[in-house]
Amino acid sequence: MAPLRCALGVAAVCACLSMSIVVAGETAEPAGRLNTIAPDFTRIDMSGRPLRLDQFKGRVVLLNFWATWCGPCIEEIPVFSRWQRQYGDARLQVIGVSMDDEESAVKHFLAKHDVPYPILMGDAKLGKSFGGVYGLPQSFLIDAHGKIVFRNVGELNLEALRLQIEGLIGIH
Amino acid sequence: MKLLINTIVLASCIGTACTIGAIAVGAEKIPASSIPAEYLVQPASLAASLQSNSGPRPLILHVGFRKLFDEAHIVAAEYVGEADESEGLAALRERVAKLPKDSAIVIYCGCCPWNKCPNMGAAFSALRSFGFSNVKALYIAKDFGTDWVDKGYPVTTGG
Repeated sequence: MAPLRCALGVAAVCACLSMSIVVAGETAEPAGRLNTIAPDFTRIDMSGRPLRLDQFKGRVVLLNFWATWCGPCIEEIPVFSRWQRQYGDARLQVIGVSMDDEESAVKHFLAKHDVPYPILMGDAKLGKSFGGVYGLPQSFLIDAHGKIVFRNVGELNLEALRLQIEGLIGIH
Repeated sequence: MKLLINTIVLASCIGTACTIGAIAVGAEKIPASSIPAEYLVQPASLAASLQSNSGPRPLILHVGFRKLFDEAHIVAAEYVGEADESEGLAALRERVAKLPKDSAIVIYCGCCPWNKCPNMGAAFSALRSFGFSNVKALYIAKDFGTDWVDKGYPVTTGG
């Protein structure tokens, strides 16, 4: 009887412990917009500067939708950073659009990582204007005339994209 | 013998408490791949059941990110939030608190490829630990756009 009483007592304590520890809706846009003019937008970037997509006409833009919780996105950022440094003078402009729900998460990320291109906060409206950003990462390559010439959902083939960028900016 | 029984009971209880505690604070990263195959439901199957008017519909809970939910989500799905975070788990717990334990529940996210999703494993594990026996996880291999929206399955937008 004593072991049973002891067991019940321990179980009751554990149950209380567990309780205290456990704290505890049309049609979407068709994905894409490939081969169309990229929709213009204006946002304030994370450094406080206004950014308008159309201001980059004449440059090739790599528009990357990402988030701090997205593992594949984080892996791509150092590569995009390198490209921005390497090809920036040759008219490549990378723009990062964070789809994080909390701006603080992005600020925290940028405080720890040197990202040499503008980052801005995205939202559902911006995602929908690009045909729907329903999953991450997602990247768009926009040519110097403002046309979306490439779209990728998910992890990129970075080498293939690098070659395409070099083709667009005339480096071969 | 008495000591052995006491030790086993104590270890079991501490283990349970620690597991639930870790889930509750979102400290434990549980991969979606940990969800057994028998608990997965394919998009085509769920879409077909939603489009047929026969039988009761499951409760569909979105356990991912608000902005992606606002862009498009499964018709009749409810937003719960990131199961990878303690707030999301708390919202999940609150949403199901008054439901019978045999309620049909489907959870989904679709933020990113299945093996990279931070939310599905945590949500599934939490619901099972809450005692729900009829939980299914929508298997979204690549992302919600590719595996649901692009296939023309029913969606709605907004919050």
